[in-house]
Amino acid sequence: MTAALLTLQGVHTHIGAYHILHGVDLAVPAGQVTMLLGRNGAGKTTTLRTIMGLWAASQGAVHFDGAAIGGKAGQLTTPDIARLGIAYVPENMGIFGDLTVRENLLLAARQARTVEQMDAQRLEWLFGLFPALQKFWLYPAGKLSGGQKQMLAIARAMVEPQRALLIDEPSKGLAPAIVQNLITALRELKQTQTTVLLVEQNFGVAQALGDHVAVMDDGVVVHSGAMAELAEDEGLQQRLLGLSLGAHA
Amino acid sequence: MTSASDTAAATATGPQPAASAGAAVPKASFDGWPVALVFGLMLAGWPLVGSTSTWLTLTMAGLAMGMIIFIIASGLTLVFGLMDVLNFGHGVFIALGAYLATSVFALMSGWTTSPELWRNLVPLFVTMLVAMSLAAAVGWAFERVLVRPVYGQHLKQILITMGGMIIGEELIKVIWGTTPITIEMPEALRGVVTFAVGSDTAAFEKYRIFATLVGLVVLAVMLFTLNRTKLGLLIRAGVQDREMVEALGYRIRRLFVGVFVAGSALAGLGGALWGVYQHGVLPQIGSHVNVLIFIVIIIGGLGSTMGCLIGALLIGLLANYTGFVAPKVAMFSNIGLMVLVLLWRPQGLYPVANR
Amino acid sequence: MLNRLLSHDLPRNRWLALLLAAIVLGLAFTPFLFPGTKALNVAAKVIVFVVLVASFDLLLGYTGIVSFAHTMFFGIGAYGVAIACTRIGPTWGAVLTGMALALLASLLLSVLIGLASLRVKAIFFAMITLAVASAFLSLGSQLSDLTGGEDGLTFKVPEALQPGTRYLDGPVLGASIDGRFLTYYLLFFAAAALVLVMLRIVNSPFGRVLQAIRENDFRAEAIGYRTVVYRTLASVLSALFATLAGCLLALWLRYNGPDTTLSFEIMLDVLLIVVIGGMGTVYGAVVGSALFVLAQSYLQDLMKLASLQLESAVEGVPVLAQLISPDRWLLWLGILFVLSVYHFPAGVVGRLRAMRGAAR
Repeated sequence: MTAALLTLQGVHTHIGAYHILHGVDLAVPAGQVTMLLGRNGAGKTTTLRTIMGLWAASQGAVHFDGAAIGGKAGQLTTPDIARLGIAYVPENMGIFGDLTVRENLLLAARQARTVEQMDAQRLEWLFGLFPALQKFWLYPAGKLSGGQKQMLAIARAMVEPQRALLIDEPSKGLAPAIVQNLITALRELKQTQTTVLLVEQNFGVAQALGDHVAVMDDGVVVHSGAMAELAEDEGLQQRLLGLSLGAHA
Repeated sequence: MTSASDTAAATATGPQPAASAGAAVPKASFDGWPVALVFGLMLAGWPLVGSTSTWLTLTMAGLAMGMIIFIIASGLTLVFGLMDVLNFGHGVFIALGAYLATSVFALMSGWTTSPELWRNLVPLFVTMLVAMSLAAAVGWAFERVLVRPVYGQHLKQILITMGGMIIGEELIKVIWGTTPITIEMPEALRGVVTFAVGSDTAAFEKYRIFATLVGLVVLAVMLFTLNRTKLGLLIRAGVQDREMVEALGYRIRRLFVGVFVAGSALAGLGGALWGVYQHGVLPQIGSHVNVLIFIVIIIGGLGSTMGCLIGALLIGLLANYTGFVAPKVAMFSNIGLMVLVLLWRPQGLYPVANR
Repeated sequence: MLNRLLSHDLPRNRWLALLLAAIVLGLAFTPFLFPGTKALNVAAKVIVFVVLVASFDLLLGYTGIVSFAHTMFFGIGAYGVAIACTRIGPTWGAVLTGMALALLASLLLSVLIGLASLRVKAIFFAMITLAVASAFLSLGSQLSDLTGGEDGLTFKVPEALQPGTRYLDGPVLGASIDGRFLTYYLLFFAAAALVLVMLRIVNSPFGRVLQAIRENDFRAEAIGYRTVVYRTLASVLSALFATLAGCLLALWLRYNGPDTTLSFEIMLDVLLIVVIGGMGTVYGAVVGSALFVLAQSYLQDLMKLASLQLESAVEGVPVLAQLISPDRWLLWLGILFVLSVYHFPAGVVGRLRAMRGAAR
């Protein structure tokens, strides 16, 4: 197995009085897509937020490329974690509704002070993947449809090359046709060999994109392994997720 | 992928919407209703005041007052929008600015009594500079000592910033004393510019014209910074979703201090202008204006600069109209306006998204 | 029996209990223990403030609502009695009429304000109450026909309470038994009753719901408590108690003006006392008010002494002398206040009670 770029060891997270993560062990291999699956409330979003430093791990350690970024060994602030090359696409997409599509993307391009300074080739590539962005370039992002917002959110994470992407339930609430577009776009992302940690409840999406999979329940990782393995074993799917591939195809 | 020359052409002006976009792409539509409200108020004031010349005078005075209030309030609304910090002690910077004006004017009395305009403008500019710098310094200390430890705890913020205001006001009394101090308007800015309206004359106080110009400059700088620079972009985004801006890799905490200091400097500037506008200062000048400022930013929408401007103009106009027509209800008219606006738009004239 | 009287909300700390006992006994026997009009005035002020501050704490400490319009209700109560006695005449009927009308006015206003507090967020609400309080203050001075304007109203109280009315010819144990004496004990017992009622309220199921709402209103709503109703009720109760405090003050001073009850200074004083004394504890109001009023009345004399001494010592440095001038007493209070918010968030009472925990 390829070396892990991102690792969590025995991570506990408390939010106020609530103990959400009860010792998460996770290894995200470099250059591949890892799916993070599990029921509602299993702790998937909390895991992503803990990695990003939005919530501090109360125990355990989070390492990125060998260096500690969270937990007892040392907690970095969210901006510093992001600057290491980790992009985060939250569940609510984090779109700035009052800003235009153009401004949203400019904001995400840390190296550019103005739109002219942005990597034009990269932008063209993004326009190719997400035509809506070009069409609604000067439109306030809040007026886009749900699917378009999701595309913008992901495009934002891709506007500059990143070392890792953390994406939280991109397909939630989207129509099947849009989900197909999403899969196509993420497949292109896969080509760039970026490390991706993708939280999903849609097993179809998971199976289409994932190289590796980790399943969470009640704040711990209960299974991890190759996606192909899980895809073949319906019994395992039933046990872990309470459903089989057929249900989502 | 497009060829290199196409890319170069695209880079020159930045990516544009595809030519074959079909029907025109609607840009952000500007919500003009609140602006119309300002004109509406001006129109409503006309018959109430009676004479056109008086109406013109009052309107000009109202707009000038509104601009000064805007200068003071703009910092506060941004600080709240961006940092979710409500500074009940904003009045301290106002008072500081006003009192500094008295000192500068006292020191430069030679210049203020000269009949030449340019000589009169110098002490004014010195006052503005001194007020801004010292208010900025105090603002920095205020943020460091009082505000930083209580980020996110609204109740404590209210209490502590109130405490800061009490301490600040008392210290001002220690330094400048408790009796009101009058400010002599510089020679060349005294009096009015008149022009005939029918058989009457409308009068515009020269100082108010100056204050309005300063206000317009501040407005222009603010709008430019907010809309055309990346810094402004960061602030606008931060007002909507602070967390996401951090997740994009920006150390927004540092920006906080900068915005707080800028807000304090603006309050100091506005306070100085206000003190001269009122021809004098009292120790309570800070708390008096504070209430007005709060009403303005509530009307405008916490976090919105445009809203702050409209709110300030409305309050300025209202104060002048009611001051002439029915002085006893002046304070109530402000509250009445606030209630009416909140009934129409509970989050203020220009609500900020995601709040 | 004491337990039942205090609604099972015992001081729970030896020092606190001693302090409270000292304060209560001191107030109860002031006319005998501390002769002179100044002492009596100070004590009366303490009594009135205890009720006022406790009523504010009901809102702030127990329900978690910040309202700067509290002095408005204080003023309504005082003006109610003042106007009634001025217009109708110094009779008990007038006093009761004034009180009733004031309570009614407060009831209506507090319902409005309570409901408004729910339409807008907490910060909005705090700012709005600030604006409303300013407006009310200006109203007080503007309606001079009714309220006597800036000068206020001086009026006569019912004969039984007038200073000239003597009940016994000679002094008893150092205190002259006259109308003043009677008024003082009227205040004392009325205040005591009000405080005990407030203790009963905050320790009742109603009070517990208020605290639940303060902690997490969303959750309280989810459990099934209509926060709107509870918050409005808390606003109303708090306003009514404040109104009564105002009535008591008016009866004592035989005068009321905008600065006596409606001023922002009083609002700040109340805020300071609540925080320093201890939010969310009725005892905090008692201890805080006593400390505050005593300090305000007597500390200033100390400061004057000190400042005079210092003035001769630091001839050329006026600022230094100004810093400890008794007029700048608010400066030091402000500093104490800020320190309290940081380091003693539970106030004096909280600190004392916590000590007991540590000792175990």
